[in-house]
Amino acid sequence: MDWMSRNLPYLMAGISVGGQYALIAIGYTMVYGILRLINFAHGDIFMVAGLIMVYSTTVMPIYIAIPLMILVTVILGFLVERVAYKPLRSAPRMSIMISAIGVSYLLQNLALYVTGGLSQQYPAIPWINDTVTVFGATTKRVTIITPILTIVLVLLLVTLIKKTKIGMAMRAASRDFETSQLMGIKINSVISFTFIIGTFLAAIGSLLFFTNYTGVTPTAGAMPGLKAFVAAVFGGIGSIPGAVIGAFIIGICENIIKGLGWTTFSDAFTFALLIVILIAKPTGLFGEKVTDKV
Amino acid sequence: MSTKKKTAWNVGLIAGLLILLFLLEQVMPSSSMLFTVLKKGAIYALVAVSMNLLNGFTGLFSLGQAGFMLLGAYTYAILTIPVEARNSVYQYFDGGIIQFALPVPVALVAGGIVAAIFAYLIGLPVLRLKSDYLAIATLGFAEIIRAVFQWDKLGPITNGSNLLRNFPSFRSVLFPFVVAGICIALIVMLINSTYGRAFKAIRDDEIAAEAMGINLAHHKRLAFVISSFFAGVSGGLLAMYQTTIQASMFKSAMTYEILLIVVIGGIGSVTGSCISSFLFIACSEWWLRFLDNENFYIGGFHVPLLRPGFRKVVFAIVIMVVVLFYRQGIMGTREFSVEGIANFFKRKFGGNKKKKGGASHE
Amino acid sequence: MKKRVLAIALVTAMVGSMLAGCGGKSGGSEAGTDAPAAAGGDKVVKIGVYEPASGDNGAGGKQEVLGMQYANQETPTVEIGGEEYTVQLEIVDNESSNDKGPSAASSLVSAGVSIVLGSYGSGVSIAASDVFKEAGIPAMGVTCTNPQVTEGNTHYFRICFLDPFQGTVLANFANENFSAKKAYILTKLGDDYSTGLGHYFKEAFTALGGEVVEETFQEGNSDFTSYVTSAKNAGADVFFAPVSTEAAALIIEQAAAQGMGIPMMAGDTWDSNVILNAAKGKDVEIYVTTFYQEGGNETFDNGIKEWINGDSTAKANNGGDDTISAVTAMGYDAYYVALEALKAAGSTDPAKVNEALWDVSYTGVSGAIAFDDVNGDALRDTAYVKCANTDTGAWDFVTEQGVN
Repeated sequence: MDWMSRNLPYLMAGISVGGQYALIAIGYTMVYGILRLINFAHGDIFMVAGLIMVYSTTVMPIYIAIPLMILVTVILGFLVERVAYKPLRSAPRMSIMISAIGVSYLLQNLALYVTGGLSQQYPAIPWINDTVTVFGATTKRVTIITPILTIVLVLLLVTLIKKTKIGMAMRAASRDFETSQLMGIKINSVISFTFIIGTFLAAIGSLLFFTNYTGVTPTAGAMPGLKAFVAAVFGGIGSIPGAVIGAFIIGICENIIKGLGWTTFSDAFTFALLIVILIAKPTGLFGEKVTDKV
Repeated sequence: MSTKKKTAWNVGLIAGLLILLFLLEQVMPSSSMLFTVLKKGAIYALVAVSMNLLNGFTGLFSLGQAGFMLLGAYTYAILTIPVEARNSVYQYFDGGIIQFALPVPVALVAGGIVAAIFAYLIGLPVLRLKSDYLAIATLGFAEIIRAVFQWDKLGPITNGSNLLRNFPSFRSVLFPFVVAGICIALIVMLINSTYGRAFKAIRDDEIAAEAMGINLAHHKRLAFVISSFFAGVSGGLLAMYQTTIQASMFKSAMTYEILLIVVIGGIGSVTGSCISSFLFIACSEWWLRFLDNENFYIGGFHVPLLRPGFRKVVFAIVIMVVVLFYRQGIMGTREFSVEGIANFFKRKFGGNKKKKGGASHE
Repeated sequence: MKKRVLAIALVTAMVGSMLAGCGGKSGGSEAGTDAPAAAGGDKVVKIGVYEPASGDNGAGGKQEVLGMQYANQETPTVEIGGEEYTVQLEIVDNESSNDKGPSAASSLVSAGVSIVLGSYGSGVSIAASDVFKEAGIPAMGVTCTNPQVTEGNTHYFRICFLDPFQGTVLANFANENFSAKKAYILTKLGDDYSTGLGHYFKEAFTALGGEVVEETFQEGNSDFTSYVTSAKNAGADVFFAPVSTEAAALIIEQAAAQGMGIPMMAGDTWDSNVILNAAKGKDVEIYVTTFYQEGGNETFDNGIKEWINGDSTAKANNGGDDTISAVTAMGYDAYYVALEALKAAGSTDPAKVNEALWDVSYTGVSGAIAFDDVNGDALRDTAYVKCANTDTGAWDFVTEQGVN
C-alpha cells in the first residue's frame, strides 16, 4: 500500500497527460493521413483555445464560455486550413509545411501580443478542478476524468469513421487522395471536416490540460504539440488507435522517467523512444507499410 | 559571357563587397544596428546554405540543424575559453577538466568536425528513414543532444546548463563574412561537382538515381555529414557573435527559423538563402523594431496598436504572405549572378532581342 | 515573368528601406519619444532599460520597469554639469532569452544611451554584458543576483544582494525555523539565476548538516506533478524552488492539488503578486527572501499605488492590482542611483558616468546603496523574509535576516 501511494501519483499523472496528448495527437494523425502534412500549427491552436477560455470567462459565466471556446477554436481550425493550406494544395509538400510553420509562428506571436507576454491564469472550472483522493494519492478530479473522456471520445470518433458516409469518405481520401476525388468525393469538405474534428478534440484537450497545468503562455502549446506529434508518429501516423496508444505510452514513460530522478532527460527520452521505434519499424507501431511506386 | 569573364566578375564583386564593408566600418559608428544585422546575417547565411544543401539539393528533409550548431558552438567555446578564465566560467565545477585553449581557427574547424562526427553516427540509423520520418527523427536527435549537454554529470566539460562565456569573439564584421564566404564557396564548389550532380539526381528521383549507379546510402551520408560540418562551423561563429552560449538557445524554433530562411530564399538556391537570411535578420532584429514603440508618432498622429510584440505579429504576417504568394521564394531555384542580371536588363530594355531563359544560369 | 518582376521589386523595396533605415532609424524613434517629453528642456539624456517584457520573466521585468517609469515621471529632469536635461527612458524587451538579449542590447547601444538599467534575470544580464562593455556603456543590474553578472567587470554594477548571500539566508532560515534536515531543490535548466541560487542554497544547507535532493526541469515544462510527488516521497522538510514566477504559479497550484504539505521557499523572484494570486485560498506555506517590504516607505508606497491605480497600462503591467513588488521598489531606486551617477559625472558621456558610478552612494526606499570597489556590487547585508498569507492574498513580514 505504501508502495502504491508513493508511485501511483506518477502513473496517474502519466495516464492523465497521456490522455491529453492523445486528444491532440488525433488531430495530427488525421490531417497527416489525408494531406501528408505535419500540421505544426496544431499545438498552437491548442494554446489559443486556452487563451480564448481565459478571456471569455472574464466576461461570461463558465457554462457559456466552454461551448463558445470550443466553437471559436473549431472555426479557427477551419479558417487556418482554408487560408493557409488550401491555396497550396497543388504546391510541393515542403511549401505547405512551411505554411504550417508560418501559421504556428503567427499564432504564437499574436498570443504574445495579446497577452503582453505574461502567463495567463486559466479559470478554475468547478467540479473537475476539485481535489480527490484515490488510493491514498491526492489529485485533481480532472486527472481521473481525462483518460475516461479520452477513450469515450476516441470510441465515438472511430464509430464515426467506420459507420458514417463522411467517415467513409475520409478513409477513402486517406487511402488514395486522387482516386477518391475521381470517385466524386468532395475532397475539400472532407479535409475541412477533418480539421474540424481535429481542432474540436484539441479544444477539449486544452480544457483538460490547462485545468491541470493552469498557466497559458504563448509557447504553452509548443511542447505538448510536439509530444503529441511524436505520439502520432510513434503509433503509426494515420492510425487513430495508434496515436492514442502512443500518447498514453509517452505520457506514462515521461512521468516514470521523472519519478526515477532523470528529470533532465524527460523530454529527450520521448524522442529517443521515437527514434528506436522508427528504426525498428519505420512506419510506427500501427503504421501501414508503404512501398515505393516506380 | 565566357566562364573566365564570369569568374573575374564574381571575384570582383566579392572583393568589392568586402572593400565596401571595410569602408562602412570605418565610416559608421560600430554601434549601428547595421553591423549587428550583417554579422548575424552572414552566420545565418552559412547555416541556411548548409541546410539548403540537404533539403534543397539532396532532397533530404532534415530538421537537425540547431543540434549541429549546438555541437559546433559548444566545441568552439569549450576549446577556446582562456585557461585563466575557466575558474570563473566553470564556477560550479572547479574550473572544469579541460585546461588548455586552442587558437580560434582550429577550434572553429574542430566544432565542424565534432558536428560531422555526430552527423555520421546519427546518420547510420536515421538516413534510412524517408521524408517526414527523417525530419522528425533528426529533430528528435537535436532535442536529445540539447538535453545531454545540459546534464550536470557532464558539467566539468559542458558547464551543465549554465552559460559558457569569456571565449574569444570578433569585433569586425569582416570576420564572419570571410569565414562564411569561404564555407559557402566550398559548398558551391561541391554542388557543382560530380557529387553535387549525384545529390540532385537523388533529390529528383531516388530510384532512377540508384538505377544509374549512384550509391544512395553513401551520397546521402556524405551530404548529411558535410552539411552538419558547416552547421557546426556556423554554430562556432554564432557563439563568437553572441559572446555567451547556452544549450537552451538551440531549440527547435531555431531550426524552423533557418528552414523559413531557406524557403523564403528559394529551396535549391544558394544565393537565395544568403539574400533571404540578411532580409530575415534585418526584419526581425532591426527594421520592424519601431513597431514595438508605444509612443510612435507620424507627424503628431499617434499610431494605434503599437506596443511590444507588434513587431513580431507584423513579421509573422509578412512571412505568411511570402509563403502563400511567393511560393518559389525570392530566387526559386535560380542563382543570382552577373550574367543573370545582365540578361535581365538586356531582356527588359534591349527591345527585340531574342527571348531566352530567365534571369537564370543554372 | 510578372511574379519575377514583383519579387525583384519587393527586394529592391526592402533594400531601399534598409538604406532609409540607416538614416531614419534614430531619427524615427527620437521623433516618437520626443513629442511628449519636449516640455522639459532641449537637452535629452537617455537611460537604457534592458528588461524582459515577455517570456518567463516578463511579469517581473514589467514590474521592475514600473518602478523606473514612476521615478521618471516623479523626477523627469536632471541637472548635469549645470544644465537641465530631460531624462528619457529607452525601453527594450530582452524577451527573457539569452540569445535574443544581445541584439536588444545592441539596439540600446545604437540609440546612444548613457547608462543601462537591468535586467531582471541574471542570464540575460550576463549575455548582454559584453555588448555594453564593448560600447563602453556602464550597466547597473537591478535585481540580477548571480555573482557572475559583475564578476571581473568594471562596467557592470548592481544594487541588490547576491545569491551566495541569499542562499545562505534561506538555508539558515530553513534550518532555524523548520529544523529542516532534508531539502528538495528544484531548478530550471539553462537559467543562471535558478541554477546559481540552487547551488548556493545547497552549499549553505549541507554545511549546516542538511541533506538535499536536486531535480531540474526543462524550459517549457508545465507538468510539475511528478516533481511534487518526488519531493513528498523523498521525505523533504522544505521545497526550495528558485524559479521564475511563471513556473512558480504552476508549482504552487499542483503542490496544493496534491496536498504536498511541506513549506515552500524561494528567492526574490517569488516576491510577486503572481505568487500571491496563485497561493490565495490554497493550502500552501510559502516563504521568500526579498529586497523590500511593503510599508518600508509610506510616501513611496502611497505615491506609486496612486499612480498604478490611475494608469490602466501600469496596472495591467503590475498584474492587475496595486501590490508593490520588491522589484518595483528596486527599479525606482535604480533610476535615482543612475541620476546620481549622471550628476556626479557632470556629463552624459558613458565613460564618465562609469567612472562616477564607483563613488555613488544613495539612500533609497530599499535602504542605503553603495558599491564595493572590486566588482561594483552593492554592499548589503540584510534580506527580508516574507510569508504569503493565503487568506488575505498579501505578504506577511516574518523577519529581517542577515548571514550571521
